[in-house]
Amino acid sequence: MTPLLSVEGLNKTYGAHLGCRDVGLDLFPGEVLGIVGESGSGKTTVLNCMAGHLVPDRGRVVFDTRAKGPRDVLTMSESERRMLGRTDWAFVHQNARDGLRMGVSAGGNVGERLMAVGARNYGRIRQTAEDWLTRVEIDAARIDDRPTTFSGGMQQRLQIARNLVTGPRLVFMDEPTGGLDVSVQARLLDLLRGLVRDMGLSAIIVTHDLAVVRLLADRLLVMKSGEVVEHGLTDQVLDDPQHGYTQLLVSSVLQA
Amino acid sequence: MTVGQDKGGKTDAMIEIENLSKTFTLHNQGGVVIRVMAGADLSVRAGECVALTGASGSGKSTLMRMIYGNYLAADGAIRVGDVDVARAAPREILALRRDTLGYVSQFLRVVPRVPTLDVVAEPLRRLGMRDDNARDRAAHLLIRLNIPEALWALSPTTFSGGEQQRVNIARGFAHPYPALLLDEPTAALDADNRAVVLDLIVEAKVRGAAIVGIFHDTEARDRVCNRIVDVTGFSSGHAA
Repeated sequence: MTPLLSVEGLNKTYGAHLGCRDVGLDLFPGEVLGIVGESGSGKTTVLNCMAGHLVPDRGRVVFDTRAKGPRDVLTMSESERRMLGRTDWAFVHQNARDGLRMGVSAGGNVGERLMAVGARNYGRIRQTAEDWLTRVEIDAARIDDRPTTFSGGMQQRLQIARNLVTGPRLVFMDEPTGGLDVSVQARLLDLLRGLVRDMGLSAIIVTHDLAVVRLLADRLLVMKSGEVVEHGLTDQVLDDPQHGYTQLLVSSVLQA
Repeated sequence: MTVGQDKGGKTDAMIEIENLSKTFTLHNQGGVVIRVMAGADLSVRAGECVALTGASGSGKSTLMRMIYGNYLAADGAIRVGDVDVARAAPREILALRRDTLGYVSQFLRVVPRVPTLDVVAEPLRRLGMRDDNARDRAAHLLIRLNIPEALWALSPTTFSGGEQQRVNIARGFAHPYPALLLDEPTAALDADNRAVVLDLIVEAKVRGAAIVGIFHDTEARDRVCNRIVDVTGFSSGHAA
């Protein structure tokens, strides 16, 4: 099977400071990969390099495109990469405000991404936006309200709707449940799990929350000081960690 | 119960364990290496139920977790169907768990706030079954296991221990897995529900499932198991 995304030898430094070193991974269709590690471990650097938000110093990020098969995203033209970002890729930010247009209505936030891929029929766009608001459990009656009037959990769900409306194949998520109440987190986790299963999405989720990856991720990568120190099946890595750092990480979690 | 006589040849065994060993290395405690299992062999045929016995700490749960791919093997082979769990890539193990190998653990671990009916239907939806069919099958099992319909729309996280265990069992039996691991499936149950679970196990055997279980309930064990295997012989203190 061809991986949907294949990353090799990813390196990034910030001046003298190491971002990540020799990071490699394969992501297969329908798979959810978690990347964990503490603050400063390089997990967000890796995510941003893969998603095209940062330019790595070295490495390859090969995506299996619909039209032309596996292509190195880093050597694509800017316009090709932007097209990918609007169609097959989605990025869910930790802070919903970074992924939404706060001055535009909820419906507009969802419809905008549809229009970016060529949708022009206003009625149909509005209908699709309504469907998606319902799908992420936002009352369709709120379609003309701005996200500034939404709670944090609703904003995050709206960001997810905006991202998934074009039917992407790969979703990057940076701490998608960070900063939300525990009860709101649970609802969001359930929503994400259902969407991943029903849409056959592949996803890469960066988080420091081991409980979140246990429930969402099939496989896990553990990062420390810019390097991957352990990878494997999520429950295996958490229940039988092999690396000293992972053992420390797992044993440091407070039991609720 | 008939003890012993392992005639499970390599060809007809559904679960085949050979020369399996397990160590834990505690990197944050001076790098101590604990060898908990060495030279373990076990063969389970389709339609057969094998009970693991041995004192607490002898490695029953460790062996079950290794078969499921939850603990890594240090050495040896764990063949389930045509997959060697000890060497398989994570996505091969995920496919094995989805299609072939079920596990009823002692504790329910689910996303909070998901309704019980969906928790039970989930393994079927993952196999691509339509929503309503998956829910029908889940409802059927919940009825059999005496979970009142009024509770189906609620998350099982707030249920009693016995109710949670029955939800776990319903989930584990929703799909007719060819291989099943059962960890104390009758531990917290009253006589009626225990009988239902034993019936489910017998039915699974009749349809050809290979089952490995831990049963402290000896009466239940004698009713459903073909053989018992004492794992004390697998721990490294003893010659295997």
